[in-house]
Amino acid sequence: MRGRLKGLMGPLCAVLTIMVPGISRAAETLLINGAGATFPYPLYSKWFYTYHQQVPSLQFNYQSIGSGGGIRQMTAGTVDFGASDAPMSDSELAAVSQPVLHIPTILGSVVLAYHQPKIAGELHLSGPVVAEIFLGKITKWNDQKLQALNPGMTLPDQAIFVVHRADGSGTTYIFTDYLSHVSPVWKTAVGTEKAVNWPVGLGGKGNEGVSALVKQTPGAIGYVELSYAIQNKMPMASLQNRSGRFITPSIASVTAAAAGVKMPADYRVSLVDPDGADAYPMSAFTYLLVYQQQKDARRGKTIIDFLTWAIHEGQTMAAPLHYAPLPTTLIKQLEATIAGITLPKG
Amino acid sequence: MSADRILKWVTASFAMIVVVLLCGIGIMLLVKSWPAIHTFTWHFPLTRLWDPVQGAFGALPFIYGTVVSSLLALMMALPLGLGIAIFLVELCPDRLKGTIAFLVELLAAIPSVIYGLWGIFFLVPWLRETIEPWCIEHLGVVPLFEGPPYGIGMCAAGLVLAIMILPIIASISRDVLETVPNDQREAALALGATRWEMIRTAVLPYGRSGLFGACFLGLGRALGETMAVTMVIGNRPEISTSLFHPAATMASVVANEFTEATGELYLSALFGIGLVLLSITFLVNLGARWLVLSIGRLPQGT
Repeated sequence: MRGRLKGLMGPLCAVLTIMVPGISRAAETLLINGAGATFPYPLYSKWFYTYHQQVPSLQFNYQSIGSGGGIRQMTAGTVDFGASDAPMSDSELAAVSQPVLHIPTILGSVVLAYHQPKIAGELHLSGPVVAEIFLGKITKWNDQKLQALNPGMTLPDQAIFVVHRADGSGTTYIFTDYLSHVSPVWKTAVGTEKAVNWPVGLGGKGNEGVSALVKQTPGAIGYVELSYAIQNKMPMASLQNRSGRFITPSIASVTAAAAGVKMPADYRVSLVDPDGADAYPMSAFTYLLVYQQQKDARRGKTIIDFLTWAIHEGQTMAAPLHYAPLPTTLIKQLEATIAGITLPKG
Repeated sequence: MSADRILKWVTASFAMIVVVLLCGIGIMLLVKSWPAIHTFTWHFPLTRLWDPVQGAFGALPFIYGTVVSSLLALMMALPLGLGIAIFLVELCPDRLKGTIAFLVELLAAIPSVIYGLWGIFFLVPWLRETIEPWCIEHLGVVPLFEGPPYGIGMCAAGLVLAIMILPIIASISRDVLETVPNDQREAALALGATRWEMIRTAVLPYGRSGLFGACFLGLGRALGETMAVTMVIGNRPEISTSLFHPAATMASVVANEFTEATGELYLSALFGIGLVLLSITFLVNLGARWLVLSIGRLPQGT
């Protein structure tokens, strides 16, 4: 017993010596707490790391617990900032005791990935046709409506196997928001939410669950995040936009979508099915949520500095991680919004 | 105070922690799910519709999915587990015993997400390409085996669960059979019984209350299993007779939708599902208690 204790003392002392300077440093280091969306987490963690390198006295603690969780934490006031893939609703904003600002950081986008070895070339789809596939009205790959969008392509007489997200997600929100915009039937029968009552199809958990099902099932079609489809080299369908052109999902065509939208002051806007000849029709902002009236001068200043950094230097880090940066036309308006964050007097 | 008294109070307070925890969880679920209970009343566990957009929530498809997938798993794992236990205790050569028992118990140590991955990348394609097309072609007239071969669905969930509860059933059954006194076996053999007759008439009846216990512990695990099931069941809140159709369980819907759920009613409906799951698990355990006790009172052996 004593021998075992002695054996433990060594590592224990080592742990203590590591911890002690950590404790003394914590007094000067400012810890900013945030929680929310998982989708932008890879980029955010890179941002926080890089920013910490530049400003060593500052450290971020970001918990990627999901957008809903982020909003709940903001409402409870337990975090310095939140993050959400969908804008907060009016009732959610009313539930917070103080004004909350939405700061768009990057764009997320959803693509239709499919597995159909029998067709060569890029599949063309339109919003109404996608809606009918996910409503269970188009059930075969060689349906007339699909054939009309893809003249010259030989489509097989095979059942379409629909895959959707089973877990609540911002990705599903963007996808159902788009379908509600392009299909009145979808809007009344299903609607827009992070999780919906799907008319057909199988649910996979997460982007990885959906892509696993799509990849292994011939005839499958499902929706995943753009970055996920690029990384996994999944075939993606081109989607017809408002101007009638078929747009290949890409970082440039997603950024173009945000440039064509008339921006409200609070940025709570749907980017799906926008105008703009080069705009990909299925994308959305992801937001950082901050309190407009900061209670602590140092904390508030830090958050303002970080947000300013994020919409300038931070944007260059988005594309390498397959996120679409904000359009440059938006930056001026965002600077003004960030300048509107107030600090306590004195 | 004497050391004995201290020991008594300390251990009693430990035991009380369990009681307090259980009550606390029950009360928390009840409070948090109150808006849903208030809105949907007793229709909540009997409604088939789950639509977060409309704010209409019913737990029936999830209750169905949980109960059916768990029973399916039990039906497959029970004969297997019991067979393994009988082999290990009664028939296995001594030098193999340790290895097999170790491997069976190792199955229990595999994390459930690994079972889920195995399920989605191995079991599901195999079911979709080999087993299900055959069943649909030859047995398709039976409603149990109709429908397109998705691979994913109730059948895959039942199979994964069966493998997960197999080690529990096998190792507890083995422990139970080990406790059957040798007198019991020798008496049966002395009456001229064969090995099989001895096991059937002297060993199994003697251990039956313990064997039922093993069964219910396995069932309890299956009812609450979340990750592996979520990955292979298809997550479709639908009640279908076919084993090849997708379904959803109570644990999976909570795990899937809780992180992104906003709105009081939606959240409380998810807590409501948790409350139903806790109640069902509680009832199953209560039933198990009652069954084990009433079997225990029957005369031993036949």
